[in-house]
Amino acid sequence: MRSLFYLVCSAFVIGLAYWAYKENYKTQASLKEVKELQQQIAHEKETIAVLKAEWAYLNRPDRLRELVDLNFEDLQLIPLLPSHFGDSELVGYPTTIFDEIVEPVTVIGGTQP
Amino acid sequence: MIRTPLRPLARVIDARQHGQNPDRIEAAERAKRNQAVHQKLRKRAEVRLTLLGLAFFLGFAAIGGKMALLAISEPMEPKLAYSGSKIYSQRADITDRNGAVLATNLVTTSLYAQPQKMINPVRAVEELAKVFPDINPEKLLKDFMSERKFIWVRKKISPEQQQLVHDIGDPGLLFGPREMRLYPNGSLAAHILGGTGFGKEDVRAAELVGVAGVEKYFDVRMRDPAQVDKPLQLSIDLTAQATMRRVVEGGMKIMDAKGAAAVLMDVHTGEVISMVSLPDFDPNERPRPLLKGDPSDSPLFNRAAQGVYELGSTFKLFAAAASLEKGLVTENTMIDTRGPIKWGKFKIRDFHNYGKQLSVMDVIVKSSNIGTARMAQAAGTQVQKELLGGLGLLEPTALELVEATHIKPLVPKNWSELSTMTISYGHGIAATPLHLASAYATLANGGFKVQPTLLKVEAQTAYGARILADDTSKTLMRMLRNVVTRGTASFGEVKGYSVGGKTGSADKPKPNGGYYDDKVIATFASVFPTDDPKYVLVLTLDEPSIQAAGEKRRTAGWTAVPVAAELITRLAPVLNMRPEVAGSGKVHYTQVKN
Repeated sequence: MRSLFYLVCSAFVIGLAYWAYKENYKTQASLKEVKELQQQIAHEKETIAVLKAEWAYLNRPDRLRELVDLNFEDLQLIPLLPSHFGDSELVGYPTTIFDEIVEPVTVIGGTQP
Repeated sequence: MIRTPLRPLARVIDARQHGQNPDRIEAAERAKRNQAVHQKLRKRAEVRLTLLGLAFFLGFAAIGGKMALLAISEPMEPKLAYSGSKIYSQRADITDRNGAVLATNLVTTSLYAQPQKMINPVRAVEELAKVFPDINPEKLLKDFMSERKFIWVRKKISPEQQQLVHDIGDPGLLFGPREMRLYPNGSLAAHILGGTGFGKEDVRAAELVGVAGVEKYFDVRMRDPAQVDKPLQLSIDLTAQATMRRVVEGGMKIMDAKGAAAVLMDVHTGEVISMVSLPDFDPNERPRPLLKGDPSDSPLFNRAAQGVYELGSTFKLFAAAASLEKGLVTENTMIDTRGPIKWGKFKIRDFHNYGKQLSVMDVIVKSSNIGTARMAQAAGTQVQKELLGGLGLLEPTALELVEATHIKPLVPKNWSELSTMTISYGHGIAATPLHLASAYATLANGGFKVQPTLLKVEAQTAYGARILADDTSKTLMRMLRNVVTRGTASFGEVKGYSVGGKTGSADKPKPNGGYYDDKVIATFASVFPTDDPKYVLVLTLDEPSIQAAGEKRRTAGWTAVPVAAELITRLAPVLNMRPEVAGSGKVHYTQVKN
């Protein structure tokens, strides 16, 4: 009886030791991963900052103006002037007459017979 | 255990036979027993004390051991710290009122050398000179050959340059990360942003310190780790600023002016929507300040917020405002305009002869010096001082620019009656265009004091102190409108925006007394729209002149006003202002693709 008790106890201790050993390595692996992720985050944030700066630089008013001048033939953009404001009445009523809808239309969420 | 009796019968009988007292035997036995008990107790106490001592020893040993461990181990950062709020840049961004970036940070590389690690300094210098053409090879080689252990070669280099330096392959050439400040819009808003420089420098990093403009004014806030993730939002509108700079630059060239300043301000909140001073500079490569000569010749000089000028007839409106506010006149009161007014040796003249008398309205519309001088004289020095003080024309403005915080308008030391008269038409007092803009904003917004600001006002909570009555403000706006429709600023009319404004042309003072005959500061202070004022625009041209209608013209009506009209034409649509067309609504529409 007593020897069985000792056997069970030592098996238990060996089990615990194995568990602790595994947990230790798992923790170290997680820590390493966290470190890598943090480096990655830092890198991504740096990239975001660079992209933001680049976006602002590419959209600087001087450059846009030059681009507009260079592409005047295609875009025909001119500075916004008071005469460019219009009235909603000046927008033409659509003249296109659409075909009559004959096919059944599925309404999302609705019931279809 | 064998128990010994207290009175062993054998010994008692024996003692009795010998005639001894058997009680003594009992006492001896009892003493023996007590001693045994005593010894047992003593032993137990000893064990207890030892255990207690041991526990204390272990406790102290644990603490001491931990302390020793902490003391001898290398410090390191906790690996599991949450990284979400970690700081990646050391200076907050600056954005315009719509969130467009005006200033941000970029990580670049710095290049330094450690000569003791160098293999072939001569070759390294030769190769470096190829990568950086503007480097001085002789000086660099001398540095590399010297006893120095550390030399900065370049503070900021691009990734391409870094690769080229890598390719040199000298172990003595080393790189360090370096954060730099980037102003993506170049010289746009240069005077507002100011610039940054490097403070304390290290191989691994360098401190970015604001050296001028809002960068310096808000330096502490920009570097505050708690706020570094929140960009500083200015009141500037990037589109308006770009438009203004473009138009003012063009106008300055046409008018042959040597400098120009323009301020556009919201009359209700005091927000500076755009502010331009030309010539300007690129804050990415901020030029060095001038060491000698007039600092106002440097492009670093902000004419709008630092330039103190006599702004001439634009001040006439303040004389009218004071008299109207005190109830001394109405807009129709007739003022004696016979001249010249003689005051000792001094004479006040008008540009033209306006006859015997003019109404207050016409004094402003025709810009009569004599008329305003008479009005100011009648109102008195105290009234004038009070009004100008109330409008903030005697103190530095509250604008958040380091340069502007100490710019105080120039006023006469001895404010005599003559001073009162000359100040009424803008001579003998000098202020910045920014002062003028905030004073006009007060006149326009119904009479409330305006504090000019460069920070976006999210929601206006309250107006400042009341300086003028609402009626006075309305009358003044009518006067300004009349100056444009039938007065000196007839070129200022912009269809649909009901522009009102006052011109001012002041001769430039010579550095050693007196005034130039052929150099003027031409100013146009305008409000639009006058029926419901929204914006104040002040434009100042330094030494403009234009050949027009057969002669050389220098007055503001011919120089500043047409430029200001073009500015309003271009700025108002950008600020989402729809032209108001009175009557039938017959508007000319142009078809545009957008």
